[in-house]
Amino acid sequence: MLAAVVVTVAGLIALLSFKTHTNGSERSVAAPASVPPLLAGEHALTGAAVATVYGPVQVRVVERSRTIVAVNILRHPAETTMDIQIGQFAFPRLVGETLAAQSARIDSVSGATYTSHGYIASLQSALDKQG
Amino acid sequence: MGRVRLIAAADGGGVLSAFPLLPATAAVAAVAARVRHAEPVMGTVVSFDVPAAAVADGSLESAVRWLHWVDRIFSPYRPDSDVSLLAAAEVTVDACAPEVAEVISACTAVRLSSGGYFTAAPSGVFDPSGYVKGWAVERAAGLLTAAGSSSHLVNGGGDVQCVGGRPRSGPAAAAAAAEPWRVGVADPFHRAGLALVVEAADGAVATSGTAERGAHIIDPHQGAPASGLASLTVVGPSLALADAYATAAFAMGPDRARDWTESLDGYEAYAITADGDTWQTSGFAAHIAAD
Repeated sequence: MLAAVVVTVAGLIALLSFKTHTNGSERSVAAPASVPPLLAGEHALTGAAVATVYGPVQVRVVERSRTIVAVNILRHPAETTMDIQIGQFAFPRLVGETLAAQSARIDSVSGATYTSHGYIASLQSALDKQG
Repeated sequence: MGRVRLIAAADGGGVLSAFPLLPATAAVAAVAARVRHAEPVMGTVVSFDVPAAAVADGSLESAVRWLHWVDRIFSPYRPDSDVSLLAAAEVTVDACAPEVAEVISACTAVRLSSGGYFTAAPSGVFDPSGYVKGWAVERAAGLLTAAGSSSHLVNGGGDVQCVGGRPRSGPAAAAAAAEPWRVGVADPFHRAGLALVVEAADGAVATSGTAERGAHIIDPHQGAPASGLASLTVVGPSLALADAYATAAFAMGPDRARDWTESLDGYEAYAITADGDTWQTSGFAAHIAAD
């Protein structure tokens, strides 16, 4: 299941890479106002901060009984309006992809035909990576 | 060590023979192991969930070769495929692979059954793609069954053929009742979201809808893209038919599709309209996962 999270984080970083910025000097970085506390039986795996052109991105995966129950974005660029919009809209969507596939315990996805290119972004692709 | 061939018995795992002989524990571990394989072909990606034995005995490779053969014969994007040559009237059906006549005949049957809403010539040009993908994937699953797999799933770009239920493991595996495969149905309004989960031990799940690049299913009676439905899923024994029925029903629009899919014997449908409403045929509920 962690492979799916890696795909998600890679997608998140790729998303950030496609923004346009004027220059890459000192960037402000937002930490969420509060990271949810862990419940009994949960443990957290905090990833390394990944340097992107626009600032560091760091995620924390929360596991319980070998199941991913949450993905927290600990650090993400927050200087421009676009940074903030990505944080508000894209992050929850990307996290939702990981949880949707896993929580439904599905083996495969039926949907409108995707091309070979579209497959990479599809839920089926995340399932196939789990091996 | 030399090449090891594992052959699963036709009863689906009761007896395993290995040449040369393997220690029993290693052979059992090989049977329990599963392989996932994703093959780009036919303009999409076909995903396989098969026993490890299907790799060892070459049946996965055969299934993949079959799909590439289908692409060479049926792709409307290859100028030298039988389909392209037929469409250009440069050959007759007799000169084509016999499977072409078989596909044409099957398409005719669905065309008659659907009042012309399914056709092998959706824009006036011969193109049986609405039938071929499901048929090819169903045949690929059949190759794996013939080689002895009792549990596998093949997904061709979103059209799924299930065989034998989810893999069983452990000492009581042979006697355990099959758990159905769980197939998520994509939410047409939220990328990577699921609208519902369907369960099938054996059978097909085919979904038609607006593709990545927008509407692509033509209503043959209008000559223009079909509208009204965002997605329509058909569940039934054969993926070839489920795929064709889903294509036909989508082209019909919501009202006609509902009556027509209700009339189909052995096939059930679930639809999501462009407004976000849903309907389903009277027998569909049995296919929805309880949890």
